[in-house]
Amino acid sequence: MLKMKDICKVYRTELIETHALRNLNLTVEEGEFVAVTGPSGSGKTTFLNIAGLLEQPSSGVYELDGEDVGSLSDRDAAHIRNQKVGFIFQSFNLIPDLNLFDNVDVPLRYRGWPARQRKEAIENMLEMVGLAARKTYLPSQLSGGQQQRVAIARALAGKPRFLLADEPTGNLDSLMARQVMEMLETVNGMGTTIIMVTHDAELARRAHRNIQVLDGQVSDLDSIYQARVDRIASGARGEAGHV
Amino acid sequence: MFSYYLKLALKSVRRTPILSALMVMALGLGIGAFMTTFTVYYLMSGDPIPHKSDQLYAVQLDNWDPNSPPTQSAKDIQPQLTYVDAEYLMHAATPASNQAAMYRTGAIVEPEGDDQAPFDGNTRATYHSFFAMFDVPFLYGKPWDMQADDRRERVVVLSRAMNQELFGGENSVGRSVKMNETAFRVIGVMDDWRPTPRFYHVDSGGVFSDAEDFYIPLKAATDLVLQPRGNVNCWLPPDGPGLEAFLRSECVWLQFWAELSDEHEASEYKQFLDNYVRSQKDIGRFPRPLATFISPVMDWLDIQEVVSRDNRVLVRVAFLFLLVCVLNTVGLLLAKFLGKGPEIALRRAMGASKNDVFSQNLVEVCAIGILGGVLGIGLAWLGLQLIEKLYRGYQHLVYLDGGMLLTALALAVTSSILAGVYPVWRVARLTPAGFLKTQ
Repeated sequence: MLKMKDICKVYRTELIETHALRNLNLTVEEGEFVAVTGPSGSGKTTFLNIAGLLEQPSSGVYELDGEDVGSLSDRDAAHIRNQKVGFIFQSFNLIPDLNLFDNVDVPLRYRGWPARQRKEAIENMLEMVGLAARKTYLPSQLSGGQQQRVAIARALAGKPRFLLADEPTGNLDSLMARQVMEMLETVNGMGTTIIMVTHDAELARRAHRNIQVLDGQVSDLDSIYQARVDRIASGARGEAGHV
Repeated sequence: MFSYYLKLALKSVRRTPILSALMVMALGLGIGAFMTTFTVYYLMSGDPIPHKSDQLYAVQLDNWDPNSPPTQSAKDIQPQLTYVDAEYLMHAATPASNQAAMYRTGAIVEPEGDDQAPFDGNTRATYHSFFAMFDVPFLYGKPWDMQADDRRERVVVLSRAMNQELFGGENSVGRSVKMNETAFRVIGVMDDWRPTPRFYHVDSGGVFSDAEDFYIPLKAATDLVLQPRGNVNCWLPPDGPGLEAFLRSECVWLQFWAELSDEHEASEYKQFLDNYVRSQKDIGRFPRPLATFISPVMDWLDIQEVVSRDNRVLVRVAFLFLLVCVLNTVGLLLAKFLGKGPEIALRRAMGASKNDVFSQNLVEVCAIGILGGVLGIGLAWLGLQLIEKLYRGYQHLVYLDGGMLLTALALAVTSSILAGVYPVWRVARLTPAGFLKTQ
């Protein structure tokens, strides 16, 4: 579904060049739940921005659903974002003077759905996150966890195939974080591919796959771990045979 | 999407009420100041008789003092004629299809009813051709005819307002009006007629005041010795006392207009005037080099500087003030829109293209412009009321008609778009990624 090959991202100013991503290679299959970890400044968010077509890579190939999306026009990138990608942010990013209904409505407006279809989708999503009764509330009238649930409803209202979550539990206490994580797992269970950036090792372990970004490059921890296990296992078998 | 953008615009205006109010006030002040001065200028400089202004010509003959500076243009000579010249032209076989000499005067009017006090009636003494030449509309009756002019008949045409005042608005044709103790028979009642500016007599300071209420034959007026109330200029004093000496003097006090249907007729008429002046030189009049001018209405208003230089300067100053207001609005809009960076970044992430963001914010800019326009119209109205109070004779220049209201709104929206294009463009180009992480 998502394939990145030799992706580089360089930020240039008059004085310095910063290499945020260096020859990043990654493939994510449909329906996967991938956790991305790494220290601050390692390039996680840049990776997520490129994955979500908010930024273009400086070089490399990025394919989404088999289509090269690395150098799309602004209009085409916006269209794909709107049709295929949902975003969840650490700080929820709800629009403060829009009520919950109107917040969830934001991506649907750009999709051009008729009012009736939008209403139905919004109410379904708010029902799913348990906030249907508060659709006229403003974000400031909700707790952090509730706000993040609204953000999830907003991200999913247009039924995207691909959900990008940037530290979705970063601003929540552990109980709320667990609830949000369970919600993401439910969404993933319904077939939505999720890439989640997190600092929380426990949450990362709950993903199908765990990759680490270090100095702008990806290390597939699970593959490394599996390779190490395989190596140890094969070593043990060799020793046994030898014995 | 327009209704959605409008809803967002109104929410955004409410979200930053002080900043929005400052922008609306800046635009409103600029629009208000500009529209006040421009409305006055527009009404002053408008064509008072658009369907035939290019066929009506003011006539000038240079009969002035030979020792005064040489004549270069129509601006340099007297705008009025002597009685001798006006009378000659009125009775000569000129190429003009219509001609009318005229002057403004006044008479004491004694109404029929006992409850109405006598008053000074604002009167124009002229010829029958005045009404046809200037397309004066009639409510009742008709103008007097050439015979009435020749027979010096005591007939009067009333304005609609005067007919209302004297006869309650009913058909007063045939009734009598006493003017300077002389009975005048009402022969016609004009419908509303208010050429603005009052082009046919621009030198008396009342060019923007109402047209006269009483119109009588010029000969009847001179018979009653009704004095001119406009400018009377003489480079030689009359050769004796009394009316007769005044009428044959070189004093200029009559306005003179000719209707000439095309350029050929105008050229022939000009030639006629030149020949007339040459013939007068032979008998010792017109001591200066030959100079005659005929000027169509709009040229005439320009020559007579009906719109003063001060007015033009004021319009320019007000326009500069509007530009300053627009520049201030640019800064305020920039501050406002850059403050919306996180929301815009979010909308971009949700699928809004740069064009979507541009359109959304342009609608907001237009909404601010319309609010500024409404405020500006209110301020312009106040400004015009102030002008009306401060300056007499500007009563008909202090209203905003439909066209000016639309102009004000269009100007407000255009100004706001001009002010908003850069901030809107700038904000549409914001990189969303930076805002999403830090919001």
